[in-house]
Amino acid sequence: MAIRGDYMGMALSIDDLDGENLGYFKHCAEHKFHLQKCDDCALLRYPPTTACPFCASGNATWAPVEGKGEVYSYLEVHHAIQPAFRAKTPYMVLLVQLDTQQGAPTQDDALRVAANLTLPNGEFAPPDVVKSVGIGTRVRMVFSDVSDGLSLPQWTIDETAKQPDKPWRYPQE
Amino acid sequence: MPLPADTDVSTPKYLRDKYAIVGVGETTYTRGSGKTTRALGTWALRNAIADAGLKPSDIDGMLSYSGNDSTPSTFMAGDIGARLNFYMDCMGGGSSTEALIGIAIGVMEAGLCNCVAIFRAMNGFSQVRIGGTGARSAAPVNGDMLHNRAYGWQSAGQNFAPTFMRHMYEYGTKPEQVAMVKVVHSEHASNNPKAYYKKRFTVDEVLSSRIICKPLHLLDCCVETDNGTAIIVTRADRAKDLRHKSPLIRGIVGRCSKPRLDMHYQHGPISRVAGYYAKDILWPNAGVGPEDIDAVGAYDAFTFTSMLQLEDYGFCKKGEGGEYVSSGITRLGGRRPQNTSGGHLCEAYTHGMNMVIENVRQLRGDVDDSCPMGPDGKRVHTHDHREGGCRAVKDVEVTANLGWANPATGSAMVMRRGF
Repeated sequence: MAIRGDYMGMALSIDDLDGENLGYFKHCAEHKFHLQKCDDCALLRYPPTTACPFCASGNATWAPVEGKGEVYSYLEVHHAIQPAFRAKTPYMVLLVQLDTQQGAPTQDDALRVAANLTLPNGEFAPPDVVKSVGIGTRVRMVFSDVSDGLSLPQWTIDETAKQPDKPWRYPQE
Repeated sequence: MPLPADTDVSTPKYLRDKYAIVGVGETTYTRGSGKTTRALGTWALRNAIADAGLKPSDIDGMLSYSGNDSTPSTFMAGDIGARLNFYMDCMGGGSSTEALIGIAIGVMEAGLCNCVAIFRAMNGFSQVRIGGTGARSAAPVNGDMLHNRAYGWQSAGQNFAPTFMRHMYEYGTKPEQVAMVKVVHSEHASNNPKAYYKKRFTVDEVLSSRIICKPLHLLDCCVETDNGTAIIVTRADRAKDLRHKSPLIRGIVGRCSKPRLDMHYQHGPISRVAGYYAKDILWPNAGVGPEDIDAVGAYDAFTFTSMLQLEDYGFCKKGEGGEYVSSGITRLGGRRPQNTSGGHLCEAYTHGMNMVIENVRQLRGDVDDSCPMGPDGKRVHTHDHREGGCRAVKDVEVTANLGWANPATGSAMVMRRGF
């Protein structure tokens, strides 16, 4: 069954043939983070794919994954391109390296999941919070509800984690 | 520099110097062309055909690329009266220029046609904004795009930014070093009457321009323009009868990629770009290395893209791109000038074509600057590179073009001076 939603005036949809994304977002709608786990090589992968990037197997099962990690890189948008985001600047897109499955199958591989920096309630983080986050910041996953059956994973500062003294930020504020 | 003799015909390297770029052409670079992409394409094609000394009926192959923002070969060929033995219009932006030159060589080598025209026609300012604003910015977000566009992660600058930022983090690259890419390319543009932006910029001006998307200031981003561009490729033996001593193609690598093109940030180091892989095809095929290159066109959709490619193709050590681009090497008059037309940052945004066109003209010794015309109708280049002056590279024998699609995909080409 296709999923549709309106997110800040932006039309989001997943077609009914798109089993991989339907599977991923079905869990998100329940505020759960699941990734495909290969039935043959047992590696997790992100984003959803139709075969395993590590062994090409077509068989996978959705598996729960801890939504925790560290900011690996980021961008901070001050001039929004999409109309939906104009009222949200400055906003961050965080590329977060999950704690799970780092350095597998090779040292250069990791699960890196992109989402916005939000408050724990899924609302966009205000400018003072944006300024406190950089490479090294520990984050945990939360969800923004878009519509019935559609929620987007987001990242928020992990209040319980030990944070770096000074996360790395672009030198010009 | 001296070049090795031709190589074993049982390897792809035997194609060294066997094909030439015999003609190049472009429209004026504008914002608001007032023309269709069809009209821009035929204008550029007619200029390139005339530049080569060919007739339209000599063109029997045609290639183009676009992001659904152009007009296909069928209309262009019809408009100029060329009957084609081969044509193909493909999807793609940056890195397509060199890749399609490689395809042109392949189809001619396979005997499908004899003379290929490659064009890119775009209203990158007045119709489909290349920076991603306008109609495309409000398009619905479906399926796989939910993992990026739904987060306001959509435009080229936004997409590439994690690579740029991680490079600064890992290597201590400074904004003022990266800004030098714009400074140098703008100096070159000031000596190019065709350039859309001819103003010379300073590091301070780059760093005080508004932030678009950290780490990119407005002046770290290329210009958006409307233009058509065209390149004609044929066999070197045929090129001898044509108008110019045409530059010969030494070697090409096309759309060479990092792992995980579905989402390349899964595989690191993410500060590494496709040139890391492409260099191992380009340099052996060309029989030269970065130290042999006299002038470079390093795709400058952004200041960073130029710098990162220079590192991964081996013009400097990984992580030392910031020092390299701010050392003076890349300036006209320096050891290895780059983007001598002003590139995408200043001359025009053409998805790579104008930087190949520029290197062709450099190798022919006929860049169109303000130097005086000699009695033979060719410019007498002074090599005085002050503002508004000469932009010819002295004694240029071998050039490289480094084309960029995104951090994970690139194409490149080495050319040598014709004889």
